[in-house]
Order: sequence, then structure tokens, then C-alpha cells
Amino acid sequence: MTTTTLAGKPERRTEEKRRRRPRYGSYALELGMAVVAVVFLFPVYALLTLALKDPQQIADSPLSLPAPPTLGNFGDAWTSASLASALVNSAIITGFSLLLLIVLGSTGAYYLARRATGLGYGLYVLFLLGIVLPFQLGMIPLYKLVDNLGWLGTYHGMVLFYTGIQLPFTIFLYTGFIRALPPDYAQAALIDGCDHRQAFTRIVFPLLRPITGTVIILNAVFVWNDFFTPLLYLGGSGKETVPVGVFSFVGQYVSDYGLVFAGLVLAALPILVVFLVLQRFVIKGFAGGLKG
Amino acid sequence: MNSPSETTTSDGSRPPVAAGTTAGTGGRDPARRKRVRRDQTVPPWAFVVPALVVYAVVVLYPSLAGVVYAFTDWSGIGGFSFIGFDNFRTLLDDDRALESVGNTLMLTVAVVVVQNAIGLLLALGVNTTIRSRSLLRVIFFAPAVVSPVMVAFLWKYVYNPENGAGLNGILGAIGLGGLRQDWLGNPSLALWSVAAMVIWQYAGYSMVIFLAGLQGVPVELHEAARIDGAGTWQRFRYVTWPLLAPALTINLMLSTIGGLKLFDQVYAATNGGPGTSSETLSTVLYKEAFVYGKFGYSTAVALVLALFVAAVSLVQLRYLRAREVTA
Repeated sequence: MTTTTLAGKPERRTEEKRRRRPRYGSYALELGMAVVAVVFLFPVYALLTLALKDPQQIADSPLSLPAPPTLGNFGDAWTSASLASALVNSAIITGFSLLLLIVLGSTGAYYLARRATGLGYGLYVLFLLGIVLPFQLGMIPLYKLVDNLGWLGTYHGMVLFYTGIQLPFTIFLYTGFIRALPPDYAQAALIDGCDHRQAFTRIVFPLLRPITGTVIILNAVFVWNDFFTPLLYLGGSGKETVPVGVFSFVGQYVSDYGLVFAGLVLAALPILVVFLVLQRFVIKGFAGGLKG
Repeated sequence: MNSPSETTTSDGSRPPVAAGTTAGTGGRDPARRKRVRRDQTVPPWAFVVPALVVYAVVVLYPSLAGVVYAFTDWSGIGGFSFIGFDNFRTLLDDDRALESVGNTLMLTVAVVVVQNAIGLLLALGVNTTIRSRSLLRVIFFAPAVVSPVMVAFLWKYVYNPENGAGLNGILGAIGLGGLRQDWLGNPSLALWSVAAMVIWQYAGYSMVIFLAGLQGVPVELHEAARIDGAGTWQRFRYVTWPLLAPALTINLMLSTIGGLKLFDQVYAATNGGPGTSSETLSTVLYKEAFVYGKFGYSTAVALVLALFVAAVSLVQLRYLRAREVTA
């Protein structure tokens, strides 16, 4: 965790220049940031310590460290929140949504980035409109549409929804990145007899790896964490995702903080692990978006 | 992830052989490539069609239909008739809806200002040589990847009214017991308590975007300013700050849009209460539709929200883009 940084190349240059000249303020800043981090982490401290306490300990000393810590809450939360099936549902919906977003987003952006005038520009603006439009405006007509198709309570209904709703942001990220790439590679491939599809899959798509990492993490966070849509589309279907499962679980055991917080820890773990693995792509992706 | 990109980037003279299983190629071998015939060539516009179809079905068509429903008395079942601007007139007489407009704006301003100020300070703090910078970046950004609903439940404990627990417990322990509050139960505090929770969750998100901006500031400019005798504040004000404009634009737009649309956190933490003190446009339109069955009225509220978001984003974009400079 400490060995990988959220840093890109320019920062290393900053460091090298500064390292020659150690500065007084450095230790004060380090201490100050540590204090900020401690204040910032208080809710996380409460989350982890309460998850490790039994109800008696929570009542007696809510703020102290758990003594002795108990792991019982985690086992109980796992079964009573039926997290296993919720995790599977979330994984299926998130996985297929990401796959479609990567394929449709990268191919769409390839066209939009290379045709930056006329129809291409118009379509780009049309896609960007989707970032601004609140989904609530289309919420009810879309609900009717999904209902009429018989797709309420299905995985593919959710995957279609997330793909459509996240395409604007995905296309925005991919288009900014592709515009910064030299078009020469793909042109060379076309001259050598590739068609557009081959030039894209063999030359362009592999070059998009860094921004694909960003697309994966930002969309995974959104889809995995979304609460409202699965509540509406999946309620009572047995295909509820993790946030919906946690919502009803918390409602049921609201006074038992140890149990509830153990459930929250288990539910948040998968996305935190994905974040830690892919975090270096986050800042690179934003840096690319800033240029675009 | 994918196959090593070196094999595909190093060669500009002829199409390189796709190594391994690059997504989409399925590991095609070069011999097969030669057999591809000219008449199978894909036109360029075909690339955008699938994305456009899905986007049209999920976003464009429903949004347009929403605009239409906003002028009807539809209840969700059976037919409906067009009633002109009646829904909007109703909105002007609806105290709860009007209060939610005010709440939404106050919440948005608080979140935009405080979240970005904290995000900028955090970014400046971790864009230095301090040893803990990588760990701090991860710590500050981590809440942004957790579900807003779960964050709301965590903060319900932080805000719990018991004196020995959560925030009240801390205040008591450090001798500030007089500040103890029923943070979510007090109608004049609930909205601000929700704002603090949202700021805590997304300050790290703003930080990362500012950090991306800071890393685009050339070291040479800082060195030159230093040689010219500029102090820390002057270097920030006249070198860093103007070059941060693109990051600021993105940050302000994302937090404004996010603030105006805020739903999950409010729904899970207060459900608009106590009373109507923390209702936002999003919670009102949700209740109108799915609790009271007034779908026409609900989409009218959604249309007002959409116009708010569009107007604010356009003004911001025009104003902020105008003051952007490049290094």
C-alpha cells in the first residue's frame, strides 16, 4: 500500500529537485497531516472497534479499544445479511456492466475523438449532456420501459441500465485520452491493409490500457455502490445487490451496532480491495481528463 | 489485465502481431489476418452506433418522455391527460417542495465550498515530500469508494444522540461536553450534519483531482518564481492557482452536480426529517412518485431539478473555462 503511489511522472521530478534542499517545514507538515488523518479516521475507528465488540462492551465503553476483541459479529452478520448471495449478484451485475462499458465506451470514443467536427462533435456533446441530466428526470419512464420489457428483477435489466447511465462519463474519459494519442499508429495499420476493426482491436485498444484502468475503477465504484436503482428494479426479486441487502439488514438489527458494523465492513471490503489494487490509475485518469 | 502493450507500440511500420489475449482480438494469429477480405471492412461510424443505441434507450428517450410526463396528471396506472403548467403551479404552492428547493441549494453551496477547500488543502499537503504521502492519499480517498448508503449508516452512529458514544462521546472526552447535540434529530442541524457527512466522504475525491492538476504544474515555473524572490504564498497565488483552473472547473462542476442530485445519503440518514427539515428535491420527487403515486407531479419536480443542474453547470463552465490558462 505504501509502496505504490497515486503519483505520476512529474511528481518524481519535483521530489528530486526538492530533495537536494531539505526543508524545515517538512516535519511540521508531516505531523499536521497525521493529526488531520487521525481526525478524518474517527468514523473508521468507530466502525472497526464496534464490529469487534459484543453488545455489553459497546454499552459499557463505546469509544475504547475492544478488550478482548470478538470475531463473532462477522459470522453472524455474514449469515443474517445473506451477504454471500448479495455479493454474487453485485459481482455479476458489476462485471457485465464494466465489460459493456469498456467495449461500447472505447469504440464510441474512438470515432468521436477522430471525428471532432460536424456530426462527430454533435454526438460528443449529446453524450456529454448525459453527465449533466439528472437520472431522476427519466427515472419513471425508464421504470415503465423496463417493466414493459419484463426486465424488472433481472440481471440484464440492471446491466443495460448501468451501461447507459455511465456511458457519458466513460466516453468523456476515453475521448480525452484518445485525442492525446498520436493517430499515426492506427493509420499505419490501415495503410498496411487492416480494416478499422482490426486497427482498433490490435493497435488502439491496447494503447488505452491506462484509461481503461480508470474506467474500470470509477465505474466499478459507481455500479457496486448504487443503492437507489437496485432498490427500485430488484426489490423482492432475490437478486438484490450488496447495498440493498445491507439496507434491509441494518433496518432489521438497527440497535445492534456490533452486528451492523461487522456487516458494513464485510460489504465494503470487496470494493476497497479493488480500489487498492487499481488506485494508481485514478490520478492518471483524471490527469488525462483534465487535458481533454 | 491485457497483454504487454510494448509489443504493439514499438512498431509503426507494419501491424504488430497481437500477443496473447488482448481483449477483443481473441488471440488471432497473423496468418488469419491475411485472409480478411476487403468487403468485410467496417465503416468508421459503426463504432459509435452500439453506444448510441444503449444511451438513447436508457437516457435520451426516458428523459424526453419525462419532460412530457411533467405536463400530465399521470398517476402511474391507467391513462392521463395534459394539464399544461398545473404541476408547476402546484409546486409553487407546495411548502414542502419549496423548502426542499432551499435545502438543496444550501446543501449544494456548503458541500461545494467546504469539500473543495478541504480537498485543495489535502492535495497541497500530500503533494509534498513527506514520507506518509502515499498512505495519506489512500486514507483520504478511501471513503469515496464506499457506498453512500453504508457511509450514512456509519455516520448515524457518529451522530447518535447518546452522550457516551460517537461524536458526542468524543466531545465529552476532550472537555467540550457543552457542544453535545442530537445532530440528526435537531431540525435546525440535520441538513448541516448531512452536509458534513457528504464532505467527509468526497473531500478525498476533490483531493485526487486537484492532485492531478498540481502534478501538471511545471517545476521550472516554481524554481523561476523562487529565484525571483517569490514566497510560498506568492508562488501558490501566482503560479499554482492559475494553473489549477482546469482541475477547479472539473471539481466545482462534479460537486455541484452531485450536490444538486444528492439522494442516497439523505434518504438513508434522515429520510428528509425531522419533519421536512432536510428534504431535498431528490427525496421529494421520490416520495411524490413512489409513496403518493403522483408520477406527473414527480417528473415536474425532476424537470425543475434538471433545469437547475443545466443552468448552474452552463454558467460555471462558461465562467470557469474563460479563466483557464495553460503552462
